[in-house]
Amino acid sequence: MNIITVGLSHKTAPVEIREKLSFPSQTIGEPLNRLCTSYGINEGVIVSTCNRVEVFAVTRDIEKGLWQVKKFLSDYHNIPLEELDEHLYSYTAEDAVKHLFRVCAGLDSMVIGEPQILGQAKDAYGYALQHKTAGIIMNKLFHKAFSVAKRIRTETKIGSSAVSISYAAVELAKKIFGTLQGRSVMLIGAGEMAELAARHLLSNGVQEILIANRTYEKAIEVAKSFNGTPIMFREFTHYLKKVDIIVASTAAPRFIIHPEQIEEVIKERKNRPMFFIDISVPRNIDPLINNIDNIYLYNVDDLQGVVEANLKERVKEAKEAEAIIHEELGNFHRWVKSLDVVPTIVALKKKLEQTRKSELEKGLSGLNGLQEKDIQAIDAMTKAIVNKIAHDPVTHLKKEANKVEGDFYIEATRRLFDLDKEEEELVKKIEES
Amino acid sequence: MNIIFFYITVIAYLLATFISIAYLILHNDKILGVANKTILVGFSFHTLTIVSRWVEAGRPPFANLHEVFSLFSWMVVIIYLLLRFRYRLAVLGAFVAPFAMLLLITASFLPKEIIPLAPSLESYWLPIHVGLAFLGNAFFAMTFLFGIMYLIQEHYLKSKKVGGLYFLLPSLDILDELSYRCLTYGFPLLTLAIITGALWAEYVWGSYWSWEPRQAWSLITWFLYAALLHGRLTVGWRGRRAAIYSIISFLILVGSFIIIKLFAWGAHAVFK
Repeated sequence: MNIITVGLSHKTAPVEIREKLSFPSQTIGEPLNRLCTSYGINEGVIVSTCNRVEVFAVTRDIEKGLWQVKKFLSDYHNIPLEELDEHLYSYTAEDAVKHLFRVCAGLDSMVIGEPQILGQAKDAYGYALQHKTAGIIMNKLFHKAFSVAKRIRTETKIGSSAVSISYAAVELAKKIFGTLQGRSVMLIGAGEMAELAARHLLSNGVQEILIANRTYEKAIEVAKSFNGTPIMFREFTHYLKKVDIIVASTAAPRFIIHPEQIEEVIKERKNRPMFFIDISVPRNIDPLINNIDNIYLYNVDDLQGVVEANLKERVKEAKEAEAIIHEELGNFHRWVKSLDVVPTIVALKKKLEQTRKSELEKGLSGLNGLQEKDIQAIDAMTKAIVNKIAHDPVTHLKKEANKVEGDFYIEATRRLFDLDKEEEELVKKIEES
Repeated sequence: MNIIFFYITVIAYLLATFISIAYLILHNDKILGVANKTILVGFSFHTLTIVSRWVEAGRPPFANLHEVFSLFSWMVVIIYLLLRFRYRLAVLGAFVAPFAMLLLITASFLPKEIIPLAPSLESYWLPIHVGLAFLGNAFFAMTFLFGIMYLIQEHYLKSKKVGGLYFLLPSLDILDELSYRCLTYGFPLLTLAIITGALWAEYVWGSYWSWEPRQAWSLITWFLYAALLHGRLTVGWRGRRAAIYSIISFLILVGSFIIIKLFAWGAHAVFK
């Protein structure tokens, strides 16, 4: 059995192609069923987000499987394969597994390490479960990918640094103030970005929020949504000494905060630090205040610079993540191999033999006066019974396994005789070690 | 024996320093774990060094500069271990390891033979006086290191070029707070050291205070740190200014100590 994947992403296709190829989640059942009724495709999961469309499938014949999936994509969306092909990439076997691990960990994302893709992959797998197109291999594959992604998230710092401007502001505030618990913030002017920053600050522990706006009504309205306090715009300077973080985003065409003013304020605050975030263009805060001790001023460009530095840091962490993936890949590969027909037959025979032996022992211990000869005869008889019973299933299994639907037989055998219990314990042991 | 332990310690701290530098460049937490373990190994041998030297000399080991540097380095590492345990400040090790190593390297170049103590110094007061002084100074060494860490982190934040150590160092607030804590531990210890020293001087020489250079310098050090404490408590000194002040004060402290030892002035010259 082979895992294959065919797809395209922001790296290989422009948005015009990606949107044509996307599968809306509301109607995903139909394409999933169509995919899995294609000849030679046994299982399938479709991951469709705004940045990628990928089909993960299980097939016996790699070449035919790849072609089937490509044809499915082309037919379903009515795009000629020639047009599509230049944007498509495909991975097979271990590379396909690795690709999914990387995707789920956010290593293949536009913003490295972003966490949304994991949720999207979980949804995609959920749809496949719902429509019964994910079988034993896809189940294992996706569960494994999710656990690897989780491991990467906890063992590396890939997702820890901020990659959006408003998060970068929160992160900087934490580097200045330590904890944001009990700190206060003032919004001067209210805009989408200022409110977003305020929301992040609040969810990170900031307790008090003051809102100053040229139109007082607007201040009241914003204050309501944050459970904050509105203040008159012309009075905001009086409140400066009371707040630790100031977010300025007014439409004023000139500076509204000046160094002389802040020098006074910081004296009154006994040098307790202040963090100014100027997200207005043109700027509202005189950049010279950054030269005052214990004052930190960041404008939009500065924050963008922080975001870029954080991205570089994530690339560093990504190397560690790749090492983890490499390690997990080996474990998974071992499991996939066990799904071949031979290990299934071996496991089946082993289980039958174990059952026979333990029942034989139990039975014999209840019987008295048997001679060695009798015991041997009973032993031979039970063996013969078990072999006779096993003969037909094993023969058919061998025969069917080479056919397209062989996996169903293997899977059915493993389920009927509960062979995966041991297998799973083995995999668990490997994972733990 | 103590010399063998001493060199093993030097090597361990040297290794810890290199591993720490690797951590500061690569930002890999596993490397930091190795560095911290190496420091622990170094500290174990350091303790063996101190104990064996004490046993071999038959007196507490602070009679010459070699012993003094080794003992001081040992106390700095102890305080580092306490702080790490208390505040989970793993990155501190990357700064303490080079510091402890530099002290030991200095000690390794100084004469290492065991010399007897002047009879006038054989007293129970001596270990107490010296112990207090060293412990106090070890806390000041921490304010020095936190000061450096603060200035580095502040530079990143002010220049708006985040990167490198920015990701590893804790927040300005925590660095300032820890520097202040160490000051509040170090200052009473130094005060007690001066008081016990004076009491002991009265007992041995019949006078509390003789204005010999070491005493004068310790008083100057005391005033330096008293001023810093006062500034922090009442005037609102903090952050950058307090950090620079801590760094300069510590440099004066160490510089004066070395100069006085080298020229062996006054009553404390009996150590030489």
